Amino acid sequence: MPILTLIQAVNDGLKVAMREDERVLVFGEDVGPKGGVFLATEGLTTEFGKQRCFDTPLSEDGIVGAAIGMAANGLRPVCEIQFQDFIFPAFDQIVSEAAKLRYRSGGQYTAPMVIRTPYGGGIRGGLYHSQSGEAYFTHTPGLKVVIPSTPHDAKGLLLASIADPDPVIFMEPKALYRHAKGEVPAGHYTVPLSTLRTVREGEHVTVFCYGSMVPVVEKAAAQAAEQGIECHIVDLRTLLPLDEQGVLEAARKTGRVVIVHEAPRFCGYGAEISAMIAENVIEYMEAPVRRVTGFDTPFPNTLEHHYLPDERRVLDAIEEVARF
Amino acid sequence: MQSTQTSEPFRVIQSDGSVGKYKVTLSDAELIQCYRTMLTVRAFDDVCMKLQRSGRIGFSVPNKGIEACQVGAASALRNTDFFFPSYRDFGMALYHGVEPVEMMHNMFGNAKDAARGRQMPVHFSFVDPIKFFSISSPIGTHLPQAVGAARAYQLRGEDHVCLTSFGDGGTSSLGFHSALNFAGVWKAPVIFLCQNNGWAISCPSSEQTASDGFAIKGVAYGVPGVVVDGNDVLAMHQAVREAADRARAGEGPTLIEAVTYRMGGHSTSDDPTKYVPKEELAKWQERDPVVRFQAYLKKRGLWTAALETEWTQAAMERVTAAAKTAEATEGPGLETIFSDVYAELPAHLRAQGEAAFDLARRKGSADAGDGAFPL
Repeated sequence: MPILTLIQAVNDGLKVAMREDERVLVFGEDVGPKGGVFLATEGLTTEFGKQRCFDTPLSEDGIVGAAIGMAANGLRPVCEIQFQDFIFPAFDQIVSEAAKLRYRSGGQYTAPMVIRTPYGGGIRGGLYHSQSGEAYFTHTPGLKVVIPSTPHDAKGLLLASIADPDPVIFMEPKALYRHAKGEVPAGHYTVPLSTLRTVREGEHVTVFCYGSMVPVVEKAAAQAAEQGIECHIVDLRTLLPLDEQGVLEAARKTGRVVIVHEAPRFCGYGAEISAMIAENVIEYMEAPVRRVTGFDTPFPNTLEHHYLPDERRVLDAIEEVARF
Repeated sequence: MQSTQTSEPFRVIQSDGSVGKYKVTLSDAELIQCYRTMLTVRAFDDVCMKLQRSGRIGFSVPNKGIEACQVGAASALRNTDFFFPSYRDFGMALYHGVEPVEMMHNMFGNAKDAARGRQMPVHFSFVDPIKFFSISSPIGTHLPQAVGAARAYQLRGEDHVCLTSFGDGGTSSLGFHSALNFAGVWKAPVIFLCQNNGWAISCPSSEQTASDGFAIKGVAYGVPGVVVDGNDVLAMHQAVREAADRARAGEGPTLIEAVTYRMGGHSTSDDPTKYVPKEELAKWQERDPVVRFQAYLKKRGLWTAALETEWTQAAMERVTAAAKTAEATEGPGLETIFSDVYAELPAHLRAQGEAAFDLARRKGSADAGDGAFPL
């Protein structure tokens, strides 16, 4: 099985989808002949032509708005927002339009489309090339929010997202684009949405994470294991709709929970996981839920390594929860 | 091609009903269909105002004064084209055969409403007999969507066009500029119909822009703009037909500014006497699009006072019957809160829905309150 980086897996997934279904189109800023600023769309214009992979004017509102119209008119658009930080001009189109179209038309019109966008820090991108805005979207009924952490999942989840009848925000951890490498099956396969991935089995502390935080948590768990603390790591993969039962089972299994994400803490995705545990399985909890997150500040540039949860911070939380 | 508001808008029917040397291409039957649709829109307005004032529906928007824009434009398109309307385009749907009762189901938000009562009134959605895209309230968001749908036709090599309709206020929105720009670059088969009706709720069109009208805004995007007398059905028909011909021939989009006037309030919740100058309204009442079209039909021998009475009564009976049917139709079931969020009901919505049903069984149904729109 070929070994691919995460970005190569995304590229492979797009090619597979475009070969299988001529309704699939890829467009956005610089995605054409250049192949995207991260090269996720490299080679697509060459293989599929300018009719199916093309550059657009520099307007996120226009990109997503047009994608909705295409989706409502029989195509399967996969548009790219160059950095998730730049998605906000399109927020209205995503939140008020794509997310609500099926509901407000009783299914007469739908928006089967994917918005791919790189998110997260670790590349010295500062305030506007580093943010993790998943919670803005997970608060919106009608959207699906997917974040892969491995090349295998990136391709399989992307193909599932493109085939999905509802709009999907597909957030790619840019810090892992070239650092995450792994076996990726050739051709078509899917990883079903709304399914969790157990990264590591353990009986002492359950750690929920996704995207770029998964390898950080794995390293912290390896260090914890040296102290005899065995972590049960769950990669959420699809944040909305979430496999809630799976989350509750994993929380109940150890009775000790740490949640890790790089987005700010206040009203972050971890708050929902924490509330879900409190509402449903609090009687199984042996320790308070602990969150390890970015700070409630804008994303810094020079000091980003302090902002981003690292092995130290994750290990510290695991130790605290394990010993409570 | 390019025109500005200070140039004279394109007009066909003069105030006395004459059309000069203009060759009318619409058949007698089509002309009568246009006129009767305009009468139906007026009847719809009247009935909805009464329904709202008597507390039977929560909200409506009056169309009085802009019927020629809607109907003239609709008459120039095929029933296979794709409409991306605003909330004040009743005549486009009615012209192409949407039954008043289908619209009334939406006004009452009942179980037969396409949106199952999830939307406010006047937020229609139809797929049959025409594609009349689901309306949303935020202004200008449907413009880039129309461009995307048009791009789909273009990529598939189909000769359908999209028409998107919006007001003078809509030209200030983000969507207007994104859409014009994308459509210009793509040469998308889309028609932008700006119905400059003088008002964006209470803000006059003079406060929306410093440019010489709205059609000129197309220039910067490489989109030809034309200014049309929006109270002239035949001028609207001609302008939209030319734009559709251009679009079908691969020549790209057109921006049409229809100069017209909203003779009623923004909505049933609005009191326009607070801000509309009386003299201005009086001036536009003299240019009533229905009266002007009537004068033309009379000259052509298609209109008589007796026919007017017959058609007006028929329109009122049709709309009144529609309202009765819609009012008697049951409301949407509790489950429709949870359906159509996704193609498949996710587990968390199933759980929330079951909890809502369980609560209703144990504690009784929620109180609907008076449901009045607090404006």
